[in-house]
Amino acid sequence: MKADVVIVGAGIMGSTIAREFSKYEIDVAVVEKEADVAFGSPTKANTGIIHPGYDDQPGTVRAQHCSRGNALWHQIAREVAAPFEEVGTLVVAMKDEEVEVLEDLKRRGDTNGVPRLEIVDDEDKLRGMEPHLNREAVAALLAPTAAITSPYELAVAIMENAVQNGVKTCFETEVTGITVRQGEVKGIQTNRGEIEAQLVVNAAGLWADRISAMAGLNGFKIHPRKGEYHILDKKVGDLTRHVVFPTPSPISKGIVVTPTVEGNVLIGPNAQDIDDKQDMTTTHSGLAEVWAGACKLIPSIADKKSMIITSFCGLRPEPDTKDFVVGSSQIIKGFINAAGMRSPGLTAAPSVALRVVDLLMESGMELRRKVTFDSRRKPIDKPMKGSDLSSAQNLIKQNPDYGYVVCRCEHVTKGEILEAIRRGATTLDGVKFRTRAGMGRCQGGFCGPHVLKLMSEELVVPAESITKRGKGSRVLLGKAKELLRGGDLDD
Amino acid sequence: MTEDVVVIGGGAAGLAAAIRAKEAGAERVVVLDRNSELGGILPQCIHTGFGLHFFKENLTGPEYISRFIDSARTLGVEFKLDTMVLRLKPEREIVAANSRDGLFMMKAKSAVLAMGCRERTRGALGIPGTRPAGIFTAGTAQRLMDVEGFMPGKRVVVLGSGDVGLIMARRFAVEGAKVEAVIEMLPYAGGLPRNVVQCLEDFGIPLLLSHTVTAVHGAERVSGVTVAKVDEKGDPTGGTERTIPCDTLILSVGLIPENELSEGAGIMLDPATGGPVVDERMETSVQGIFACGNVVHVHDLVDHVTETGVKAGQSATRFALGQLQPLRNRIRLRPGPGVRYVVPQIIGGDEPVTVYLRVKNPVRNAMIRAGNIAVPVRAARPAETVTVKLTEKMIGGLKREPELAISLEESGRID
Repeated sequence: MKADVVIVGAGIMGSTIAREFSKYEIDVAVVEKEADVAFGSPTKANTGIIHPGYDDQPGTVRAQHCSRGNALWHQIAREVAAPFEEVGTLVVAMKDEEVEVLEDLKRRGDTNGVPRLEIVDDEDKLRGMEPHLNREAVAALLAPTAAITSPYELAVAIMENAVQNGVKTCFETEVTGITVRQGEVKGIQTNRGEIEAQLVVNAAGLWADRISAMAGLNGFKIHPRKGEYHILDKKVGDLTRHVVFPTPSPISKGIVVTPTVEGNVLIGPNAQDIDDKQDMTTTHSGLAEVWAGACKLIPSIADKKSMIITSFCGLRPEPDTKDFVVGSSQIIKGFINAAGMRSPGLTAAPSVALRVVDLLMESGMELRRKVTFDSRRKPIDKPMKGSDLSSAQNLIKQNPDYGYVVCRCEHVTKGEILEAIRRGATTLDGVKFRTRAGMGRCQGGFCGPHVLKLMSEELVVPAESITKRGKGSRVLLGKAKELLRGGDLDD
Repeated sequence: MTEDVVVIGGGAAGLAAAIRAKEAGAERVVVLDRNSELGGILPQCIHTGFGLHFFKENLTGPEYISRFIDSARTLGVEFKLDTMVLRLKPEREIVAANSRDGLFMMKAKSAVLAMGCRERTRGALGIPGTRPAGIFTAGTAQRLMDVEGFMPGKRVVVLGSGDVGLIMARRFAVEGAKVEAVIEMLPYAGGLPRNVVQCLEDFGIPLLLSHTVTAVHGAERVSGVTVAKVDEKGDPTGGTERTIPCDTLILSVGLIPENELSEGAGIMLDPATGGPVVDERMETSVQGIFACGNVVHVHDLVDHVTETGVKAGQSATRFALGQLQPLRNRIRLRPGPGVRYVVPQIIGGDEPVTVYLRVKNPVRNAMIRAGNIAVPVRAARPAETVTVKLTEKMIGGLKREPELAISLEESGRID
């Protein structure tokens, strides 16, 4: 296989870069070791906040990309029809000393160009804005331009749009080497063969240091920092209106209570530096810490433990340089890093992607605008979600599958599930991320068997071969009676 | 057109309600169900033990429910299957969807809620660890195995020793899978003693009492679970952890009445049952909306579910025909010491009534007291419903108080 540019990684960073590249007349291939877009930890298990840009020290690469990224997302999310809601953030001070930190943050934000920052210290106003907020709160920094999104849906939408504009994707394709000759990138080697390319963009998230090292570059290290989360039932969705932060500590922005675009409440993450990049285990103590942190901000969460739908963790890719690693290698021609995308990596992604386009031009690659580029992606129709009854009726009339609800908790129809499969979902999680089937309070108990059956029919594969999220994660281990006919217990 | 009685849910409760509605003279009776087949959970319950009370016969789930499906068909109940009810309004307007009619609205003179229950999941328990494939609730595993024809797992650990957990342990064993253990947090098995014998002991499956699962292992597929002893409060005790290799974890950790529609209609729920507050006619706090079966509280026997369905169907029909008089008195039954909940929560005190209750702890030779009424109970366990029939004579002697506490006085406790 041959391409002009290979992007390593199909997380939010790789996807946004791929979409920017798809605006030009170049051949772009994205390789991803996981089975789908957004399956790597930093994108999948992300709080989903589009930060306003007050956190980062002026002068850092992060600060530069964060506030610009925020503005870009407002436009891009609309173009690709991804969920996006400008709910604003509140950074809450519980003590008078903490108000000084808020003032610092505001100054920093003003310098970074963050619009409409305001410190709210009128308790009645604060209460009116966030009725369940801890009564001890003395002030809060309001950033109205902060938004929430669904990070995986966003990444999927962006990549779909990129593919629609000519980008090729290769999943379950793990990079095993970078071909470099006379100081120039010539391509990559993978578990599924080689791809010739004169440019490699490293957007490999947690593994970006390894990819870089494959090119002989050892400039930075990525350390995983684990964050754990709980997600609460939509029934208690009114617990919070804004993204509510505590006053930040030097290591982390703290445990957040945030609404999700779907109306759930998400709480987390804590921050724990670990060694193993594959350690995706939640811990008893970590989950307890998250719970306690959330209760401090919104005390009425305390008696809502039965509203926890699920708990999960994510790993932040923390660069030892403490800042994003964005740039062309000075040693190897044709190797570009878009790495170390620690928080606010999601927010910064579209801005970093623009920077990478500049780097491509600087590298001497000729970039001609693609006249056929279509910035719009058509979302999957969700007839049970909208308020427009007649368009839902029309849709069901045209395609009756959109009248048949498969996922009861999230009201996802058969039509949506089939469409998700046609758009590239090959795993249960792939369907879940695109449609929310299985993300509700019963966690796929009712719809799981049905989704498996639909996937088996649509993909024309045995149901037993379908996985949760790629190799090794088969859901069914065989047919009934197989073991009685001499099947192997450990096969 | 306005239907007489619309029943939401075509399982054991809903079918019984629809049948009774027809028998009691309702003309237009419609059952809405989101599944492709009638019967709710019963078609996948291929074991026996159903119908011992109602039919005085030992039937399988499919046998039990097919009798109701047949008679509902014969009586001319209308069914809308593959139909999801999206909203219920207090004035008994129902918004639903299916692929034939699209999104549609239906008006009913009376409505019967019979949506049943769903299984508690791992999230509600907060078991830490990884999130691999191979974790199923017992009902999902049962469906995959006994309806779809697949093996969800081969080396299995079951968490929860209620009847569902015990029966699934046996199903896996019968299929040739290796059931490594059944784990139970409490110091006693949740299910019936006969099920402990027939499902575990007969198959040599170890039952670990006072234990729980404290972690799930495996990146892609379950590779094992850590179990640990728990203290009296249910907290794991340090140093007792051990890891059991397995490829599957089955969760049988409780059922939750599915009342999202009820809540949407503004129906008052009882936090102790998770279901609507109902009076002795199974009417909810919203006039003309009745409820029955597991949506009201989780029953241990389908026979009782059927009984409540019959009652709800009867009342709903009388309401639809304008014959249901309001209760003259409303006596609120409250759970007293030793009692977790009581259903119905409201009685009229004029007619004999059957009260279902659940005890907090296992008891033996106890006495149930309600005002000046005393009913002896030989033995009761939290997993079983205690049925108390308040006879005409008992009711006659009842003092007319607005509230009546039902309490349990124990004379002996088993461990």
